[in-house]
Amino acid sequence: MKTVDLSTASVRELNQALHGQAQQLTERDWAITHPAGKHNIGVGIDEALKIDIHGHAGYYCAGMNKKANVTIHGNVGVGVAENMMSGSVRVKGNASQSAGATAHGGLLVIEGDAGARCGISMKGVDIVVKGSIGHMSCFMGQAGRLVVCGDAGDNLGDSLYEVRLYVKGAVKSLGSDCIEKEVRPEHLIELAALLAQAGVDEKPENFKRYGSARELYNFKVDNAAAY
Amino acid sequence: MCGIVGLYLKNRALEPQLGKLFEPMLLAMTDRGPDSAGFAIYGDEVPDGAIKLTLQTHDADYDWEKLVAALEARLGSRLDWFQNATAAVLKSTAAEADLRGALADIAPEIRVMSAGQSIEILKGMGLPTEVTERFTLKNMQGTHIIGHTRMATESAVTMEGSHPFSTGADLCLVHNGSLSNHFRLRQELRREGITFETENDSEVAAGYLTWRLQQGDTLAEALDHALQDLDGFFTFAIGTKNGFAVIRDPIACKPAVLAETDDYVAMASEYQALSSLPGIENARVWEPDPATLYVWERQ
Repeated sequence: MKTVDLSTASVRELNQALHGQAQQLTERDWAITHPAGKHNIGVGIDEALKIDIHGHAGYYCAGMNKKANVTIHGNVGVGVAENMMSGSVRVKGNASQSAGATAHGGLLVIEGDAGARCGISMKGVDIVVKGSIGHMSCFMGQAGRLVVCGDAGDNLGDSLYEVRLYVKGAVKSLGSDCIEKEVRPEHLIELAALLAQAGVDEKPENFKRYGSARELYNFKVDNAAAY
Repeated sequence: MCGIVGLYLKNRALEPQLGKLFEPMLLAMTDRGPDSAGFAIYGDEVPDGAIKLTLQTHDADYDWEKLVAALEARLGSRLDWFQNATAAVLKSTAAEADLRGALADIAPEIRVMSAGQSIEILKGMGLPTEVTERFTLKNMQGTHIIGHTRMATESAVTMEGSHPFSTGADLCLVHNGSLSNHFRLRQELRREGITFETENDSEVAAGYLTWRLQQGDTLAEALDHALQDLDGFFTFAIGTKNGFAVIRDPIACKPAVLAETDDYVAMASEYQALSSLPGIENARVWEPDPATLYVWERQ
């Protein structure tokens, strides 16, 4: 295991070392100490590394991640795992706004709460939040699944496309064109698999499902004539 | 952008270290605001019936002794005072209006940064490190402090446009964000008798709170009205005589993080400004909800 101490090394040095592993793999197991809320830790990794960040991280932690499994033993700032492509990111504490924003793939697990705009414009990532999420979460979510074991804030799933939302607690309000939907057997199977993958001990039967009503302009075939 | 930070000490034993604990918090926000910086520190309280004014000038060689002598002659009473770089703190038992009137007559070029029993606002242009060095922040003592690092977007970079802005006796405001309706609101507030020194949008927010408080609002009521009447993005930290408050606009675009231990409550735009605080590893750290008022005050 290689340890990088961010009280002495710069984030740029760390990230270049991690990027270098995609060219020549010399070390799979990394520990990062003294993150002290620094931004951009572990951004742009492109190799199946195991990374443990011991402490609180700042903005965009593990952004654009490909293949790596990153665990943050603390809280994270804005945009954790934003634009993640594959692999996994696990936050042991809370996450700030825009967790998993625009992410295409992989699994993001937040063991605490996530702030506003969790999963905004998500494009295929799976997000599991053990706590609650803030307002405007999953705005314009295009693909993937978002599971929330706590509550959701205002305007959940506004202008949603194809993301499937599962919320166990209360939803303060649904956004435009987001509706509650029937939970069918295939959804229980899907949800059970997601909860198991995230290591979360919850019963799928206790969740409600939400999704797009597909009533907004872009969903109406008649509007195709406008082009 | 802009960075805002605040530190409120629950453990009085830490009061001699307030400046030392706070300086790295402010400097950590340099990336968010390299234009100018400032802080409002609370402590060294004058007794009831007395008033403390913090004055500032652009002139590094200003003759404060001469000004104080002229003020003493005019008011017919002694002033307790000290100079700190380009600022001076005056303590007086004269009525505030008399003191301000005499000052406006004798030295109209001098700016009153703050007034109250406890507050001292010190601010200026330059990197935050230049400002904290100028006023020797690290040696300052007190009960609580809020500060600001500015990256100007809505008005000129000047000492007057720096934060914090005074909003009344022992009250002040720092702002991260931008207000869209500050022009109209400034006009309306001028009609109500509120005066403004800059074109700064944050000064309008400060003026708005001053006006609401003059109307008899409590701080909580004034901030509740602010949520209705201020259009734009904001995270505010508000310093009060006995503590501080934090509020974000309903959309919560501008960041804020809070931390609490048995010893202190701290707020910052980003967690990295909190990382130098003792015991932060085990502090409760969370993001304040939008449109929700958080207040810590010593009873």
